[in-house]
Amino acid sequence: MAYVVPKESFNGQVLAVDFGKGANAITIGGENSLPFLSFEGKLPNRPVIAYEIQDCSPDDWPETVRNVYKDVSSDPVTWAKYCQDKLQAKAVALRLVSTHPDRGDRSAADAAKTIKDVLAAINVPLIILGSNHIEKDSSVLVAAAEAASGHNCIIGKAQEGNYKTIVAAALAHNHKLIAMSELDINLAKQLNILITQMGFDKAKLITDPMCSALGYGLEYTYSVMERIRLAGLAQNDPTMQPPIFGDVGMYVWKIKEVSAAESEVPEWGSLEERGIIWETVTATAMTLAGTNLLVMRHPTAVKSVEKAIDELVS
Amino acid sequence: MALTGVQIFKLLPKTNCKKCGFPTCLAFAMKLAQGGIELTACPDVSDEAKNTLGEASAPPIRSFNLGTGDKAVKMGAETVLFRHDKKFVNPCAFAINIKDTLGNDELSAGAAKVAASEIDRVGQKLRVNAISIEYASGDSAKYAAAVKLVADKAPEAAIILNCMDAPAAEAAVKAAAARKPLIYCATAENAEAMAAIAKANSVPLAVRADGLDALSALTEKIKGLGVEDLVIDSGAKTAKQIIENNTQIRRSALKKNFKPLGYPIINFVLRDDPYVEASIASIAVAKYASIVVLSSIEKWEKLALFTLRQNIYTDPQVPMQVEQKIYEIGDPKPESPLMITTNFSLTYFIVSGEIENSKVPSRLAVMDSEGLSVLTAWAAGKFTAAKIAQFIKDSGIEKQISHKELILPGQVAILSGALEDKLEGWKITVGPREANGIPTFLKSRAS
Repeated sequence: MAYVVPKESFNGQVLAVDFGKGANAITIGGENSLPFLSFEGKLPNRPVIAYEIQDCSPDDWPETVRNVYKDVSSDPVTWAKYCQDKLQAKAVALRLVSTHPDRGDRSAADAAKTIKDVLAAINVPLIILGSNHIEKDSSVLVAAAEAASGHNCIIGKAQEGNYKTIVAAALAHNHKLIAMSELDINLAKQLNILITQMGFDKAKLITDPMCSALGYGLEYTYSVMERIRLAGLAQNDPTMQPPIFGDVGMYVWKIKEVSAAESEVPEWGSLEERGIIWETVTATAMTLAGTNLLVMRHPTAVKSVEKAIDELVS
Repeated sequence: MALTGVQIFKLLPKTNCKKCGFPTCLAFAMKLAQGGIELTACPDVSDEAKNTLGEASAPPIRSFNLGTGDKAVKMGAETVLFRHDKKFVNPCAFAINIKDTLGNDELSAGAAKVAASEIDRVGQKLRVNAISIEYASGDSAKYAAAVKLVADKAPEAAIILNCMDAPAAEAAVKAAAARKPLIYCATAENAEAMAAIAKANSVPLAVRADGLDALSALTEKIKGLGVEDLVIDSGAKTAKQIIENNTQIRRSALKKNFKPLGYPIINFVLRDDPYVEASIASIAVAKYASIVVLSSIEKWEKLALFTLRQNIYTDPQVPMQVEQKIYEIGDPKPESPLMITTNFSLTYFIVSGEIENSKVPSRLAVMDSEGLSVLTAWAAGKFTAAKIAQFIKDSGIEKQISHKELILPGQVAILSGALEDKLEGWKITVGPREANGIPTFLKSRAS
C-alpha cells in the first residue's frame, strides 16, 4: 500500500495584520493552513511574542518574575527600552494597570502622557492594553488611541460592554484593535460582527478569545482557538479570520504554581524554574492552537518559546 | 474499507448472548463499526466472519499496553484529530532516557526517581511511566545488567530498550522478560533480527525509518514477519518534523484507514535546555504522540508536563469538576467573608482567581452542581435554595466563622429570598454578576 500525503487545502485564510512602522514593523497572520503544517499551505509570518510592561511598578507580579525587572520597572520608559535594547523584544505590550479604579485610578490624560513617552523612547511596535475595567477602559483607550496616533499600534481590549467608543477611537487614529470575549466561539464571532458593523475593517482586527493558564482552563482556550481557526480556514467564515491574540503572562503569573514556595509544596520543586516552565508550556500550547501574537513576561520563557518556534518554522 | 454497523451485524452470531458486554449483537456491531473495541470480544464469532471483518473491524490505530501490571499504559485506539470533537482516549506515556554507561549508583538513582515520580493533581495520580535505557556502552553484558538493575529499582515502570544492536537487545529482553519491554528499534538494516526477537519473546517493537514512505513499507514488512504490536518513529527530530509527521500519521490512520501507519507514535524530544525540551515535549503531547521520551525529569518539569497531558486529554463533553468543599483563600479569619459558587472547574478557577486578586482573605464554598456553571446549574435545578441551605448546614462552617452571612453570585440573585427562609438566622448578600467584579466588591466591603 503506497503512502499518499494526506493534505488538506482550505478556501479560507487568516488575515495578515501589520503593526508598528518603518523597518521594525511586524506582520502577523496570513496563513492558509493549520498552525505549522507547512506541507499543505503557506505560513508567511511566524507567531510574535511581545514583552509585557506596565505603567506602574509590578507589585502584583510574583517575585521570581518581578526581580528580573527590578532595576527598570519603576519607570515604563526605562522598562520599555530595557525590553527593546537588552532583551531584543520584537514588540512591547504596555498595560495601563494604574488607570484601574482599584490600582491608582490614574486619569486618561496620565495614560496618554505615558504612552507618548514610551513611543518616543522605542522604535519596536507597541501594543497598548487597558486595565480591563470596562468603564474606565472606554475612556482611557480613547485617549491612548489619540496619543499614539500615527504609530500604527494595536490597542485593546474592546469588549462587549465598551467596544463602541474604543472602536471609534481606533478607527479615527488608524490603529489595529483587539476584540476580547470570554471563552466562547460564538461570543467571539458576535463581537467581531458588531465591530465590523461599525465600519471597522476586519483586516485590522485581532481576536482574543481569552487566555488561560496551564492547569487553569488551558484546554478551553486551546479548543476555542482551534475551533476559531477551523471556522476561518475550513468553513471560510470571514468573521473568524483575524489573527489570534494570547495574553499569556497575565494569566500564568497569578496562579499558585508560580508563587507557592518550594518549602510549602516540596513535591513541586524549585519555584523559579516552575514559573518559567509554566509560562513556556502555556505559550507553546497557545501557538499550537493558532495564536499569532503572544504577550509574555519572563525573558527565559520567551527565549525558550522562540527556540521552539525556530524549530517549528525552520 | 470500514464496514457499517449493519454490515457487521449480518456476520455476527445474532444470539444476543451478552458475553461481549453489550446487550445485543446489534449494539456490539455498532460499537465495532466506530472502532471502539475489537472483534475478539465476541467469543462465538465464526472463522468466516473473522476473515471478512478482520482488517476492516480493527481500530484504525492499534491499541496495546506499554509495560505490565496496574501501571501499564494503554496506547493507541485514538479516534479524532481535534480534542473538541471527542475525548483523546489514552494519555501519552512520559519516559526518561538514561545511558547504560552510567555507574550503578547513577542508574539506581535515575530509576528510583522514576519510581517515586507519582504526584496527585486534581484527584488524578500522575507519574513518569517508563524508562528508556540507551545502549551506549557497546558491551551487551553490561547493557543487560543495566537493564536488569533499572527494572528492579523501578518495579512498576515500563521498560524501553533503546538499542539498535539485535544481540544486545535480545540479551536485555531476557534480562527483563517479565516486564514485556518495548524494543527500540527495528530499522531497514536490522528488521528481520529485531522482529524475530520481538516475536519469540512476545514483546512490542518500535519501528523507525526516515520519512513516512519508508516507515509504511517497513511496518508492512515487519507485520508480515508476525509482529503486530508496533510503535512507530518517523525519524522526526525537530519540532517541525514532529508536528508535521505526527499529523500526517494520525490523519492517514483515521481519515484514510491507512493500516501501515495505524500505530502509536514515539517521539524523542531530548534537548540540552530543559525549557526548550519541555516546549518540544508539549508539541508532542498535544499533537498525537503516545510515548514522549525526555532527557530530564526535574520536579517542576514533571508538574508542568503532567498538567498539560491532563488538560489535553480531558473529556471536552464532561465538565471538569472540583471537589465540593469550603476553600480557604488567603488566610481567612473567622470574620472573613464567605462566598458560594458551583463546582465547574472553570467557574472555580475564575472566581478563586478574582478573590485572590482582591487580596481580601475569604472562604469560597464550592457546591457540587455536577460540573455546571452557576446559571446553568440554577436552570437545571442543581443550585437551588434548598440545596444550598443543606450544603451550608452540612458543611459545619457555622462553627468556624463568627458571622452568618453568605455572598451569593449575582446571576442567581433571585434565590436570596428563598435562601434566607431556608437558612434561618443567615443574612444573604447578593454579590457581583461577573467574577471580574469581585475584587471591587470585596475591597469596598473591607474598607
